Amino acid sequence: MKSKQHLKEKIIKNIFFLSSLSSILFLLGTSFILFKEGLPLFREIDLKTFLWGKSWYPTYNPPEFGLLPLLLGTLWTTLGALIIAVPLGVSAAIYISELATPKIKDYLKLAIEMLTGVPSVIYGFLGIVVLGPWLQNLLDLPIGLCALTASLLLALMAIPTITSLSEEALFSVSKEYKEASYALGATRWETIIKVTVPAASSGISTAVLLGMGRVIGETMTVLMVAGGAAVIPHSFLQPVRTITATIALEMGETVVGSVHYYALFAIACVLFIISLALNLSADYFLYKFRRTSR
Amino acid sequence: MNKRRFKEKLAYSFLITMISIIVLSICLMFYFIISRGIRVINWEFLTQMPRKAMTAGGIFPAILGTFYLTMGAICFALPLGVSAAIYLNEYAVQNRLVRIIRISINNLAGVPSVVFGLFGLAIFVKFLNFGVSILSGSLTLGILILPTIIRASEEALSAVPNSFREASLALGATKWQTIQKIVLPNSFSGILTGAILSIGRAAGETAPILFTAVTFYSMRLPKSIFSEVMTLPYHIYALMTEGTHPESQVPIAYGTALVLVFLVLGLNLIAVILRNQFRRSKKW
Repeated sequence: MKSKQHLKEKIIKNIFFLSSLSSILFLLGTSFILFKEGLPLFREIDLKTFLWGKSWYPTYNPPEFGLLPLLLGTLWTTLGALIIAVPLGVSAAIYISELATPKIKDYLKLAIEMLTGVPSVIYGFLGIVVLGPWLQNLLDLPIGLCALTASLLLALMAIPTITSLSEEALFSVSKEYKEASYALGATRWETIIKVTVPAASSGISTAVLLGMGRVIGETMTVLMVAGGAAVIPHSFLQPVRTITATIALEMGETVVGSVHYYALFAIACVLFIISLALNLSADYFLYKFRRTSR
Repeated sequence: MNKRRFKEKLAYSFLITMISIIVLSICLMFYFIISRGIRVINWEFLTQMPRKAMTAGGIFPAILGTFYLTMGAICFALPLGVSAAIYLNEYAVQNRLVRIIRISINNLAGVPSVVFGLFGLAIFVKFLNFGVSILSGSLTLGILILPTIIRASEEALSAVPNSFREASLALGATKWQTIQKIVLPNSFSGILTGAILSIGRAAGETAPILFTAVTFYSMRLPKSIFSEVMTLPYHIYALMTEGTHPESQVPIAYGTALVLVFLVLGLNLIAVILRNQFRRSKKW
């Protein structure tokens, strides 16, 4: 009887253990598939032509698979989004954590949380029907769907991540730091900007990196509003095409096993490596923050 | 001194301006979706099939498709995620493997959703030969929401105080009995909150199901888990990018957007309320 129960406990424990390995399995599986389907591209073209190629014309004869326009499209929209979202998001976090009354704090947090839940296709939709035409009129553009439109919407999507994580970081700064600053005669604002924010800086960095990860991997919004031209961008008012949008747009039309198919997996590898790097650095900053804030 | 006061006032007005911009954007977004969407929504819109190549009729198959996909995803991800969380919180000791598991969970959460779509295409659609179907789409979405479920469940489990477990073990219960009778019931609403949030997330995703589950236009409802489906988010995308009658398609897209936003935010709101209630009712 005793040993039967013992066996049962052991089996149950092992089931849980195997379940916990699933995340490793899926992560390794994803990277394996991406590389397995992406690397055959380099039997057809060499790595240098891929990485430095300035044009992406998959349907030309001969086709060209240059990463550069897509990578730059991704970097421009992401950079644009961060330039807008970081000041807004961090300011909002400072306000919520340091200045707002408890009631306003609750409402603002709820509003930001609601923003997290809005699906990306909704942002894309509003970009097409509202923001794009509005920007076109305002700036007198030939076309409203461009890098700027995408950046504005992506910024709105990154704000919840940046705000809520920064707010958490600011909130966890120990009270004694602030009290010491007040005791030295500093005003509330001086305390915030010279003591609280620097003490929370690595937590805020985590927030920005994770926000950036969200933006880089975003597909539907950029697919719908960035304009879709796979050319090297020269201004924010030009249409661009990102890595994610290219995959979403072209994967449906390719034949499995064609060069184009391999090329789409190859650009997905690039995207995967970038987001992995962002997540690992976010992890590192978080680890550092937890150690210093103790 | 006056200069310092002035500087402080200036800084505060800057912060308030920034947060007002955010709040204003949120309000504008909802204003457009609600005011334009409400005009097309009626009982027929919600319960009828689309007609005339998507330029008239309702969105019932899209609502049903979204329901099937999210239910499939949660059926796959919830047992797996909760089991993983139980291992990490109840059994695991701090060693290298556990650290690797945690890093994997964090990184899985950061993988772009379109990459999951490619994974689903290569594994479920092609390799396992499920085809473009509800099954492939559900499994892909399940992997996508797995990290959220693991994290939320782990948080819920770790909120149960250790004295509860010790009391149970002291009465002679085994570890599994303790988990089953003490730990899980006390963390139930936390796990439920995570599950509801994940359903909301899965319902709104488009990129992972682009090549694994969806079809633009189907004349009939899905018959089995191997059928293609229409879904709400993809329907919006398709209405805006395909077809040639924007004057009749855009209003339908507004209506679909309102239904989707209402569904997703409704779920989020339920989760938030549940979580707050749980926090308040905690007896320890």
